[in-house]
Parts: sequence; structure tokens; C-alpha cells
Amino acid sequence: MGRGQIVAGCIAPHPPHLVYAENPPQNEPVAEGGWEQLRWGYERLRDSLADKEYDAIVLLSPHWQTYVGTHFLGLPQFEGLSVDPIFPNLFRYHYDMTVDVELAKAIHDEAEAAGLPVKMMENPDFRVDYGTITTGHLFNPDWDKPIVVISSNRSTAYYSVEVMQEIMVELGKATRKAIEASGKKVVVLASNSLSHRHFTTESEMPEDMSKEHITSHAMHLWDMRIIEYMRTGQSQRILDEMPEFTEQAIAESDGGGISWLLSTLDTPDYPAILHGYGTIIGTGNAVVEWPCYQHEVTAA
Amino acid sequence: MSEGGIVASFVVPVHPHTVLAPDKNPGWRKLRDAYDDAAATIKDLNADLIIIYSTTWPSIIGHQIQADPNPEWVLVDHDFHDLGSISYSFNIDAEFAHAWNDASEKRGLQSRCVNYKGFPIDVGSVVALTLLNPDNKIPAVIVSSNMYANRSETTVLAKSCLDVVKAQGRRAVAVTAMSLSNRMFTDFIDAKQDKIHSLKDDEWNRKILEFLEQGRMEDVGQLSRTIHQQIRVQKVVAFKPMWWLSAMNGNRNDLTGKVLAYEAIHGAGCAVVHIDPTPSGAGEKEYDEDDVEYFHGERGVLDSAEEAPADTQHEHEQPSDGGQKMEQNGPALWDPTEAEGSVNTDAAPKPVGAYPHARKVGDMLFLSGVGPRQPGTNAIPGGPIHDENGEPLDYDIKAQTHAVVDNVKRIVEEAGATMEQVVDVTTFLVDMKRDFSGYNEVWAQTLGKVGPTRTTLAIDALPTPIAVEMKVIVHLGE
Ligand SMILES: [Fe+2]
Repeated sequence: MGRGQIVAGCIAPHPPHLVYAENPPQNEPVAEGGWEQLRWGYERLRDSLADKEYDAIVLLSPHWQTYVGTHFLGLPQFEGLSVDPIFPNLFRYHYDMTVDVELAKAIHDEAEAAGLPVKMMENPDFRVDYGTITTGHLFNPDWDKPIVVISSNRSTAYYSVEVMQEIMVELGKATRKAIEASGKKVVVLASNSLSHRHFTTESEMPEDMSKEHITSHAMHLWDMRIIEYMRTGQSQRILDEMPEFTEQAIAESDGGGISWLLSTLDTPDYPAILHGYGTIIGTGNAVVEWPCYQHEVTAA
Repeated sequence: MSEGGIVASFVVPVHPHTVLAPDKNPGWRKLRDAYDDAAATIKDLNADLIIIYSTTWPSIIGHQIQADPNPEWVLVDHDFHDLGSISYSFNIDAEFAHAWNDASEKRGLQSRCVNYKGFPIDVGSVVALTLLNPDNKIPAVIVSSNMYANRSETTVLAKSCLDVVKAQGRRAVAVTAMSLSNRMFTDFIDAKQDKIHSLKDDEWNRKILEFLEQGRMEDVGQLSRTIHQQIRVQKVVAFKPMWWLSAMNGNRNDLTGKVLAYEAIHGAGCAVVHIDPTPSGAGEKEYDEDDVEYFHGERGVLDSAEEAPADTQHEHEQPSDGGQKMEQNGPALWDPTEAEGSVNTDAAPKPVGAYPHARKVGDMLFLSGVGPRQPGTNAIPGGPIHDENGEPLDYDIKAQTHAVVDNVKRIVEEAGATMEQVVDVTTFLVDMKRDFSGYNEVWAQTLGKVGPTRTTLAIDALPTPIAVEMKVIVHLGE
């Protein structure tokens, strides 16, 4: 078995609106389109990785919120109905997903060895969170790759963004180590939006794009600043500015996904590819890919 | 039907331990026993409705109200999944839910009912309903906790709930599913080692419980922001349930409180408290925060002023419309009020206050002041007289006057009368010098032909950016 490898790392946002707008057979509500900029972004991301071979997807979702440690889905199969508690009018999705329990356990064990509180989630009745389902669907609509799902430990809520980031950087290192040791080729996804101030009203028709825009200029400036760092290979700067970004843009990065991703990718200094940017109910969202396959040495 | 009201209130904890693992820790057992006592009390009170405000159900688009008559699923906690699963099948009063939703909208709140198979009912509601209503005999209703709501919004939510409780003559129990201090241990612990996370949390919790035991719910409401800062994990739904519960009890400080249990669950402060509405005899204490009947705040970010076309920049926030439309510089629009003899029509522009379009008394019909705003769009024919910054704009007085007469006609016809029956008109102009002749010309072509008496006054301003308004009296007789 060769050394495992991270094929690509992506920011893959999860607002249910994107799945709603696509009208996949798994989702009950029906839309007249909407949020095309982001959906085309996802299309470009899928195209970009279409000819890359990989064995599994590792995903961290801010909507599986755990306050006591970091948890990993720990059973091979989950199926059920995911209804978004905040936008149930848009997202009622029948899912059926395969988990790479072996890889999940490997990351769990590495994280544990690094001193992080961790737990495998082995209750078969568990309902997978809608962030995981949304990102899982948009990244891989066929669901033909096993997935590792990592919960979002809400340490920001207890301590500070700085402490959260320290934990997430550790978790990222453990993730990378476990992937490399696994011999598998893996795509890593941070299911995350950027600025996160929502509108508090919804249009009569949620997909009415004449109503969609960023909630404020300040949010836009933050999003563009972070995207610029991504596009110019300045991940360390993103990490450095994470506390300000998270606080001022009320960013979903408080869930640790972006910090974890950048750490898992070993804080890349090469440019990421921006596949798309758009707002969803006022929040800023970007589909971004770090093409590790071009930069990391392949030890086959 | 007797007058409805709140027969009891309860504060109850949210974590699944009381259902799934009460015997793993003596404190958890005490909480469970207290939960069981609360259920017995609710039964003894012959309550016919349990209303749950849950802090573990956050919402963004206003408040959400559960309206699936029989939600069924299996709940597994995101953190404590290893304790097991809770199957539920609840008896929800969907009719009450819809009535509450309507009442909320009437009071200017953004709110909606949810009725979807498989909707994930939150852990706090599942635990509370499972234990407080074990045989599901009493219908229940659950409302979310809005992440962006402030005190006035939360207070108005309680008032709209009380509107329905009273209208339906219900004997309701109000429940907040919540933690006191909500800091949990960030690592896994041995169940037997459970305790309140810190001394400071414990002290604050005891202070809150002391207040509640003295029936000083409103004082806890007023302390909520401080409590949130002191002993709450930030970014979790703020410590707002006491705002709701206090308003559900009339914002009083003389209730009768009883703490049934106070223990830790994984470090968080958990209590079961029974609040009896019977006055404690302690005497009402001061109440000095604003009491709010209608919600006018912060909603409607979608309709920002810079987007609105010029002729609708003066649209008003509509309490009747869930506050969808935000007004930066003018009065809110209201649904016309209903009372004996009132005459209202969708064909006339919405009032800017609590009054009807017209009212009949005997064979007379009196109209409220009528301006040129167009029903539905609120556009002003001939253009508004100033922009949102108060900068004057050019406008067409003739077009405005025509529009006023058309609106008058719609209201008069709604009352079953005709324009020929108009007997007296008082006209208000904001710029007599500029507008009198144009107005007079249109008058001559319209009402002038009918022949009512007329008085024309110059006034300083009207509530919306219009130049002309008429006050009309109609004689409905033969
Ligand atoms: Fe999210």
C-alpha cells in the first residue's frame, strides 16, 4: 500500500437552497431554479475533479454541532430523511450514504493520540445533519464515494476563535496524518460559507433572485478579502485573520471548518481556484478548490 | 366558555439524560423525579394545552411554530448519541398553532407554521413533551427561539400567544425548555462526576432560582442580558426564554414559584421550576422596561431603500404583512380596524394607524382621511412630494387629486353608496399656494359636479409624502 494522498481540498458551502434549486429526485420541494452562480461554481468544481481518481471524501460539517469533543460517523451506512429545521420549506432530502468507517476511525485515533476529545457516533438512528447532506450532494450527486463525516466542535462558543483554531489545526494535522497512513486518495471538504449574516425575512418565492444580495458592504469586503488570500496562496494570512473575520463577518468559520481544511492541506502557499461566489439569503458563499494534485508529491 | 389563561408555567432542562439515563447519576434522577412531579401537577390542573418555547430550536426567519398534528420520529442527540434514541409521537394542536401564527402576524411579527413529515423536532421539546405529557393526552404546541429576536419581539410573541389562549378559552401551561448556565464540560466525563461547570455558574444559577422562587419572573427577564453574558455559552441562542415566560405571565414579580430540582447535566445548570400565577402576596414590584404590543423592529432587510423604485420609496412597514416591508422614514401601514359599522376595502390604500376606512352611524357614513396612495402598491400618482431624505420633489397635484377622488369613490361604493350621496368634504393641502388651482380644477370635474359643501385648509404636513387628503361625509338615506 502506497502513501495516502490528499487529491484536493475544497470549501463546499451547504445552504440547502442550492440543492432545492437543482430539483434532484431526492428532495421533496420543487424550485424554479435560483442561485445559479454558485451552482455553476459547483459544476466547475465537479468538472475540475472529474478525471481525478480518489477513494473517499472527508467532510467537516458545521451543522453537526458537538459541544463535547469532535465526533465521527461510525457506521457503514446511513439512510433517512433530512429536513432542514430552519428551511424545511426548501430541504426535505432522502439520503442514503456510505461511510468509510475505517478512515473515520483512523482519523479519530490520530486525533485522540494528539490529545483531542473524540468519539465515534455509532447510534443507527442518528440523523445525518443537513450540512453534510447538502455538501455531499452538491459535490458528488451520485453519492458513489464513501464519506467520512466529522462534527464541528463548538469550542468557539466556550473559549475564543484562537483556541478553536488551535484545536482545529491539531485536528487538521491528525486528519492529514491519518489519510497519509491510510494509503487512500482523498478529497477533503470544508462544508462552509463565508460571511454569515442572514436576512431575517424570506421572499414569497425563495428563489426570486431579484431579492438576493449580500446583507452589507462590510460583509462583501470581508468575503473578497478572504477570497483574495485564497486565490493568491496566502492561507497563513487567512488563519492569522480568522479571529477578526469570524467576529466581524459573523462567519461560519466559527465552526472551525476553514481552519481545519487549511491545516489538513498543510497551509498551502499555492493559489486556490475560485469556482464561484454568490450570496444565499444574504450570506456570502464561495466554491473554492486547492488543487493539491498539482502541488503535492505523489508517492505511488 | 370561560376566560382562558396560563394555569402554570415551568422551566425544564433540555438534555436527554432525564429520559434516557436518569439512574446513572443521582442528580439526573432528581431532575427526572421533578419532571414527573411537574407532569402530575399539569394533570391535576386539568390543563388542556402545553405551550413549549424551546431554546434548542433556533430559527432565522422569524419564529416557527410546529403545526404537524402528529409528528413522529426518533431523536438522537448530536452530542449524547451514545445514551440511546428517543422515539416520539406527539399530539400537536395544529389549529392553535395556525391561530397563533395569524395572531403573531397581526402583531407585526414574522412567523410561520411548519408541518412537514420528518421535521426534526429539537431535543429540548422532545424531552419536555415526553416527560411532561407522558400519555400525550394534552395537546401541545412548540415554538422556536429566533436567533435575532430581541426582547420586544419575544414579548410580542408571548402576547400573540395569549391572544389565542384567551380567545379559545384555554387552560394553558407555558414551558421554557432551557438550561440556566449552559456551559458544559468540553470533555467526556464519568456520569458520577457530574457537577455544575464552575462556582460562578452555580452562584448565578442559585441567584436566578432564588428570584424565581420569590415569583420575581420579570426581574429575571430584566436580568437576562446580564445572565447571558455571565454564564452562557455565547452564540448559542441567548438567554431569552425568560422574556417569553415573563410576558406569558403578564410581566409580573408577584408570582408563586417553587424550585422542584436544581442539578447539573454534563456541567450545565438544569432546573425544574414551577411558577404558579397565584399572586404571592409579596406585592407587585416595579416594572420599568418598555412593554410592547406590536413589533415594529429590524425586519425586512430584503426591501432595502436603495433598491426601491422612486415611487415606492415611501412604502411603509406593514404590521399586517409580517413586517415584510421596511420603512425608513414614515409611518407603518395597518390593516383597517373592525368595529360595529366599519366599512373597509382592499380597493383603498391601507391606513397609517388603527382606524377603519369608514364607519356607518345610522344613515350617515364618515370616511377617514383619504389620500392618493394606490391600494396594493402604495405608489403615489403624480409622484411623492419629497424623497426619503426629505428633499422636495416635483409632483403633479392634479394626478394626486384625481387619485384621492378615485379612492373616495371606492370606499363609498364599498359601503353600498354612490358619489352622488357625498354631502360634505374637508380638503387638506400641504402647499395652498402651489396646488390650489390644480386641485380646484380636478374638483370641478369630479366632486364639484355632485355638489357637496367644501372646506379647504392648508396644513403643515401629512403622514405620507402626499400633497392632498380629503375628509368625506356621506348621507346614505334614500
Ligand atoms: Fe450553515
